[in-house]
Amino acid sequence: MKTTADRIDPVAINGIGTSPLRKEDWPLVRGEGTFIADFKRPGLVHAFVVRSPLAHAQFPSIDCTATLAAPGVLDVITANELPDRGRPIPTRQFADEGSNRFLQRPLADGVVRYSGEPVAVVIADSRYRAEDAAELLDIDYERLDVVLDPDDAVAANAPLLRPDAGTNVAGHLLVEMGAIDEAFAEADLVIKETFRIQRHAAVPLETRGLLAEYDAETESITVWGAAKIPHVNRTILARLLGWSDESRVRLVELHVGGGFGARGEFYPEDFLIPFAAIRTGRPVAWVEDREENLRATNHSREQVHRVEMALKKDGTFLALKDSFINNTGAYVRTHGMTVPALSVSMLPGPYKWPAYRGEFRSVVTNKTPGGTYRSPGRFEINFVRERLIDIAAHRLGLDPVDIRRRNLIDRTSFPHDLGTLYDGHPVIYDSGDYELLLDKALPAFDYEGLERWRSEPAAGGIRRGLGIGFFVEKAGPAEREYARVELNDKGDVMVYTGAASVGQGVETVLAQICVSHLGLPYERVRVIHGDTALIPEGMGAFGSRATMLGGAAVMRASKQLRKRLLDAAAEELEAAPADLMLSPEGVSVVGAPARSVSLKTLLSTSAGVIIEEHRFVCDLLGFPYGIHVAAVEVDTASGAIRIHRYAVAYDIGRCVNPVLVAGQISGGFAQGIGGALLEEFSFDANGQPMSASFMDYLLPTSEEVPDLEVLITEDAPSPLNPLGVKGAGEGGTAGVGAAIANAVSDALGSEVTRLPLSPQRVVELAGE
Amino acid sequence: MKINGRAVEGEVEPRLLLADFIRDNAGLTGTHLGCEHGVCGACTVQLDGHPVRSCLIFAVQAHGHQVATVEGMAPSDSSLNTLQQAFHECHALQCGFCTPGILMTMDAFLREEPDPTPERIRSALGGNLCRCTGYQNIITAVRLAADRLNC
Repeated sequence: MKTTADRIDPVAINGIGTSPLRKEDWPLVRGEGTFIADFKRPGLVHAFVVRSPLAHAQFPSIDCTATLAAPGVLDVITANELPDRGRPIPTRQFADEGSNRFLQRPLADGVVRYSGEPVAVVIADSRYRAEDAAELLDIDYERLDVVLDPDDAVAANAPLLRPDAGTNVAGHLLVEMGAIDEAFAEADLVIKETFRIQRHAAVPLETRGLLAEYDAETESITVWGAAKIPHVNRTILARLLGWSDESRVRLVELHVGGGFGARGEFYPEDFLIPFAAIRTGRPVAWVEDREENLRATNHSREQVHRVEMALKKDGTFLALKDSFINNTGAYVRTHGMTVPALSVSMLPGPYKWPAYRGEFRSVVTNKTPGGTYRSPGRFEINFVRERLIDIAAHRLGLDPVDIRRRNLIDRTSFPHDLGTLYDGHPVIYDSGDYELLLDKALPAFDYEGLERWRSEPAAGGIRRGLGIGFFVEKAGPAEREYARVELNDKGDVMVYTGAASVGQGVETVLAQICVSHLGLPYERVRVIHGDTALIPEGMGAFGSRATMLGGAAVMRASKQLRKRLLDAAAEELEAAPADLMLSPEGVSVVGAPARSVSLKTLLSTSAGVIIEEHRFVCDLLGFPYGIHVAAVEVDTASGAIRIHRYAVAYDIGRCVNPVLVAGQISGGFAQGIGGALLEEFSFDANGQPMSASFMDYLLPTSEEVPDLEVLITEDAPSPLNPLGVKGAGEGGTAGVGAAIANAVSDALGSEVTRLPLSPQRVVELAGE
Repeated sequence: MKINGRAVEGEVEPRLLLADFIRDNAGLTGTHLGCEHGVCGACTVQLDGHPVRSCLIFAVQAHGHQVATVEGMAPSDSSLNTLQQAFHECHALQCGFCTPGILMTMDAFLREEPDPTPERIRSALGGNLCRCTGYQNIITAVRLAADRLNC
């Protein structure tokens, strides 16, 4: 028997699996977007955040007299003015009792611990005048010893950021599975190596910004410029303000110029700007400039791994041991131990390891605090593990593809429990067929042809290399998501979601999911997100979760709505629901269009609108997986790396919009290129940032990012949600460091053990 | 100065950036500031037809000149111009923050070089940062626009 869903043709209505033009584009290409700096309120004044010029110093007091007297200045805020001298900003993920000793307060109070730490806020009638007045602040800094390197941070006698804590170690975790010592005892070969991944970060092209306005009459505050997790941040802001009723706080997301993990977390400014609006009674705007952005917004990725791998002669993996230090910077911010915890829980990757022992220490140093960046913790460990495997293959004289294939987790052993935990969630690979992806990717990318290309002679001084990186990604959770679908009697559909937009196309994708289960045209759907006054709850957009959880919620709500509507129409038309068709005009009987009832009639008893809600809950993570292949030419004289070909194969369970998924992979890949070759936050010996402009911090341009070949597969739908999707946001980034480093090692015959592969480092390697 | 053909007057401090004048005095916020030191290209506008970084020019330097911004591109409220349409069709934008500057750069580029190869487009795009797309779809979109403009 046909069900009502069979009457829906997803292709005809731009549903799942198609690539309709994005809903988001129109205002953005016309210059009519509203990003935070474009948004104004009457009576607006401007905030400038005064930041520490030193990486570690104490300051007994701040003299604001001259600043307060400067033209246009309304207020100056220091720790003196804050409730409880500033309450610590809590972690929202992976909380840890030990790390709570290292939380950041909105303003430094007597001690600054990184260059760029907020020490005061100046409010004036223009940003220009606020900056002028900030120059007049009188602060006597007394330098303290700095600690910058993660190894130095754990050394005996290291300067302590928190002498009261007695340590720089903010978090520690050990995971152990299998008989590790026995496995090493029976090994034919043990590889021991140290790998370093450099500090780099998300750096969205739009810097952060906020506009806050206080309504004294209702004692409520509205903050525009929210991103990623508006509802979560509403709770944090209410708590820091000391307000028990969080409905007095409204957070609103405008257009968001990229997130990638960093934007939208709760930063000191997310408290300071609303607080300034309450104090001054004026709407207060703040927009970060690029220099602030590079010093103040979360950094990521800085890790040092000391790994050992045990193998049999034939290449069978026996055990893996890793002890690493994660440099989280001066404070533990909202992510808590998320990044190192993802590294330690996912290092094993797509392979069978009879034994695994992983351990991290996350340390504080006098650098910008850290958080997540696209594929957090995984970009790092994929580099470590995949490099280690190639080193093993070289030592054993095995082919890099063969050694991987021999050790892949078997297709029959899913769901596959890795035995590790991530933030309380067991790491159970939900579904997969890793060997099948390898079998598809190699011919699709003409791997044999690339091997021939690699062995052909190149021009003088040029060496060719081929590298592969195999990885498992993660998607979700943030265990629940909300959706509400409303249909009015004109045939217009409104979808309210607790997910958020960071520019990735969530409106388009959720509209496609809605129409696939509701059966009305894509053009009639509007998606509303990012306003805590309009949407009762939400977990936002991060960790490739918006389609997985947000999509599942929209799907269920849309199905419920269709069923309710068709059941009502079936009664009206005296027909079976399965024989009915829904259109924007109404419901009719298939094959007998005259037997119909209008939406106006159907919805006349419910004020012209029908509403369905759904809360989708999923405690487990989804695990998409992929393969990166890089073919490079390395100029041994200049150290330049030319990417001859690059390809990504990614199984994401189910693909809602192929063009958008490919776009996610391409964009993620470009960021991976930045991480593998270009981007690095360096500091001088005093902790001064040396990469605080785009002339020193190098984002990849069109000339560094080659065309990318993409293979999207849907061979292992996730059993965790009714759509089967796994999230596709991070796989483009995850394997770039691994594949490029393997290709460069192959070209030079010398093992890469640290990123980025700057020209200087490549020349050094070529000389080894 | 004239912005998109409309005369805009103002008395401003010498230090006011052209970008701030366009955004705050003329109220045209499609021109975005991504770095304020001339690297990212998000603030690109056309000054007398040539692409310039409006964060590296003072408003007073544009006195008496013609400025074109992204808001002047579309022929009407209900349509896009050829280049904008190609960006829309080729998924050449994600967050859209860099898009106005890229459109202004590529619009001037296509006037100068109406039939560019993908390599030439890649090179002309080198001064505009995009953090979302990986650039490939932008190059495809510019090539599509060139095809349509040339027929």
